[in-house]
Amino acid sequence: MASISASPAYAFEPRAAEADYLSHDTSLRSWLFTLDHKRIGIMYLLGIMTFFVVGGMFALLVRSALWTPGAPGQEKGLITHNLYNMFFTLHGAIMVFVVIIPGIPAAMGNFALPLMLGAKDVAFPRINLMSFYFWSLGVVLLLVAIYAGGIDTGWTFYAPYSTYREGGAMAGVPWALAGVFLIGFSSIFTGLNFITTVHKLRLPEMGWFRLPLFVWAIYATAVIQVLATPVLGITLLLLLVERLVGIGIFNPDIGGDPVLMQHFFWFYSHPAVYIMILPALGVMSELLSVFSRKHIFGYKFIAYSSMAIAILGFLVWGHHMFVSGQSDLVSTIFSAITFTIAVPSAIKVFNWLATIYKGSISFKAPMIYALSFMWIFTIGGLTGLFLATLATNVHLTDTYFVVAHFHFVMAGTIFVFFGAVHYWWPKITGRMYNERIANWGALISVVGFNVTFLVQFVMGAQGMPRRYYNYPELFQIYHQISTVAAWTAGIGFFLTVLSLMQSFFRAKNAPANPWGAVTNEWRTPSPPPPDNFDQPPPVEDPYDFDLVRYNPNTDAYDFVERRERAAAPAH
Amino acid sequence: MTALLLAQTAKRFWMPEGVSTVSRSVDGAFYFIYYVSLFFFLLIAGLMFWFMWKYRQRRPGEAAIGRTTHHRTLELVWSVLPAFLLVAMFWWGFQVFMHMRVVPANTLDINVLARRWNWQFVYPNGQDHDELHVPVDTRVRLVMRSEDVIHSAFIPAFRVKRDVVPGRYSELWFEANKPGEYPLLCAEYCGTSHSDMRALVVVHPTSPTEALPQTYDQWLETANPIMALTEELYPEYVADPQAFIDKYKDDPKWGKIVSKLQKSPVVMGEQLYKKKGCVQCHTVDGKRGSGPTWFELYNSKVALRDGSTVTADENYIRESILEPGKRIVAGYDNLMSKIKVSDREIDMIIAYIKSLQPQGQSGQ
Repeated sequence: MASISASPAYAFEPRAAEADYLSHDTSLRSWLFTLDHKRIGIMYLLGIMTFFVVGGMFALLVRSALWTPGAPGQEKGLITHNLYNMFFTLHGAIMVFVVIIPGIPAAMGNFALPLMLGAKDVAFPRINLMSFYFWSLGVVLLLVAIYAGGIDTGWTFYAPYSTYREGGAMAGVPWALAGVFLIGFSSIFTGLNFITTVHKLRLPEMGWFRLPLFVWAIYATAVIQVLATPVLGITLLLLLVERLVGIGIFNPDIGGDPVLMQHFFWFYSHPAVYIMILPALGVMSELLSVFSRKHIFGYKFIAYSSMAIAILGFLVWGHHMFVSGQSDLVSTIFSAITFTIAVPSAIKVFNWLATIYKGSISFKAPMIYALSFMWIFTIGGLTGLFLATLATNVHLTDTYFVVAHFHFVMAGTIFVFFGAVHYWWPKITGRMYNERIANWGALISVVGFNVTFLVQFVMGAQGMPRRYYNYPELFQIYHQISTVAAWTAGIGFFLTVLSLMQSFFRAKNAPANPWGAVTNEWRTPSPPPPDNFDQPPPVEDPYDFDLVRYNPNTDAYDFVERRERAAAPAH
Repeated sequence: MTALLLAQTAKRFWMPEGVSTVSRSVDGAFYFIYYVSLFFFLLIAGLMFWFMWKYRQRRPGEAAIGRTTHHRTLELVWSVLPAFLLVAMFWWGFQVFMHMRVVPANTLDINVLARRWNWQFVYPNGQDHDELHVPVDTRVRLVMRSEDVIHSAFIPAFRVKRDVVPGRYSELWFEANKPGEYPLLCAEYCGTSHSDMRALVVVHPTSPTEALPQTYDQWLETANPIMALTEELYPEYVADPQAFIDKYKDDPKWGKIVSKLQKSPVVMGEQLYKKKGCVQCHTVDGKRGSGPTWFELYNSKVALRDGSTVTADENYIRESILEPGKRIVAGYDNLMSKIKVSDREIDMIIAYIKSLQPQGQSGQ
């Protein structure tokens, strides 16, 4: 096994052509014990996609149960009160902790980040593998939690409901807490690895402003992962201690303070929102410039806004608690800081628009996802203003307005995740996906998603509380529209997964650079060799599209040699 | 005129009818943000679609026309200008919030007990009810506490919401300005029947109307008829309810209260079963709920968690109501909170439980 300390990642040895990283060793053992960042990325990708389907099924069960309003005290068919509460809890916990938080960093970041930096691997390959196994073990514990009596606390685990030793939440809660604790560690390991990798393993002449913006975003994310996740870990441990041993920390009956738990929880979970969004914003910069064939607009503003969001993200957690019992002065301060975070978010959107302006826009599946997210993130961001404002927050918090808002920002990143999967799919698998099915899948899921949650803004403003099983009849029409649209989105996602799977059977082999991107991963063959590069790739502007030229014979792009460009400077 | 009509439609489309003194200002802030957001959304989405059409790639590999990589002035402008709008939103929200949070002097105080899964409102005269009744155009302060987990009192029509946190009092004030009936909903997830934890808010007019024939004071007088009876009258009612009602129904002092009494303690007990929230956990048809069913409960042998058995007689039932955690039935969680209930009310509830027997049999 290659030891990273013995041969620095940038020390390249010329080597005879050999098989790519997928086929050079296909034994199960070679996968389970791999230290290759690309293989670990793929294992994460498979796991995350699987649980995206599981979490999605829970969402559809929840939506289906809401087809009829029910009557207070009455059960509705097969899905009872308790099952419903368990389903929305599992939907939230799986989608947040298992799918979206690791989604782009651990799957796509693991694959692309070292390649972009021109490195052989991440700084700590063993910790990288350990991160995957912690994630897996955490997922197993979540499944055990279902078997051991279920969980019905919501993904927020609010005390004292979650910590009553009896007569509170279901019996599976301690298992779920332990599971999320482990997944938290996997997240910390990933973040630690990426910070170190960016600092130490990028090509020696690669300055900070030669980094692709995806790397900036992953870096900013990693800082949050390392600084915020330990607080979640501590909170989960304290919840476990209170529930299992009965030491009063959050439960007022035994001397605790339930609002303290909310402070702890959101001190992690608000930054966690940015753990979910920042990588997506980074992918957006790549996709929009590549598929517009135009230099990203305002590189420095985008890079700095990622860091600004990462820092400000730590200072706004109290906006989840305006009606919870925290002091009104504190609420006011949190409201003010929350508004400041709107500025870097808006900068991102304006820069995206300026990037596609006068571009050469091609509507490949990754670009369709990127443009959809521009729409989705704009809605998600603007509806955040209603919630940052104190007076309107009081009415809207804990209603479907909040549910719709956070789906537009957090769940919206799923579309960027799929955009990233399609974008790097040729590099990861060496196969092209079916463009036509992928486009339909993207469009159907985006439309379904939008209708599902746009209608929830309306019913939230009308006063429909979240986490309701039975509900007042006047909301039925909104719920029914939302449910039909959610199933539509489900069909779209199904098509998408189908098109990706199909590429293994009858798709053509992928060229090295099908999209004309200029970041370093596209300088390797598809799929790349196990050690990524035979020669250190040149350090160039990652958004200078004069570096590549379209080749109609291969329907792909070739890198233009340095001396060729020196001889005939373009434009 | 059209604009006004559109505004009215938008009003109903987004926010429900607002009937408190703060609802106008909350809605004002809401619609300010709404129209600003709508403007920016249409701007961004419009530009996006325009660019998508105008700058679409016409042949593969076509180069972009634009070469600009950044524009410092433009970027500074679009970073700084929206900030003024953000300051306006913050300030507006802050002003209204402070108005909502600073409780005025001379309020009508109503105590609120929240427990899984019902609301109990205790009025200044000591009577309790499962509905929140308030007079119109009066400043009302809710002093809320939770018996178990976190709940949240949410009255959409008043635009108010406040978490009810165990171990402390939470306050909420409002002044309703239109008589009518409005929902109060629990907005903080509190377990199995969270969605059933709703209550009715009744805003009473200053003089009786057809829809609301009682003023707040009139309602309060007869809110809890059993408790309103004196020590002398109560035994008389229990001894023969029908005769008691006939005797006092035209009495100037007791007539109104007697009109709220039921012909038998069993029916009164059934009302209490619903009002006190027993219905959320205990079924009366033998089905399993969060608590043991009341069907065929009376005088049955109940297996307890500690392995012993007890006969469900009057004493056991009374003890289970007053000290719910003392003897736990096997197979059930210790979930029930202490409940504000009087001896008279317990009598009625026991009478109701006794009546819950298969058809043709009676426990009495």
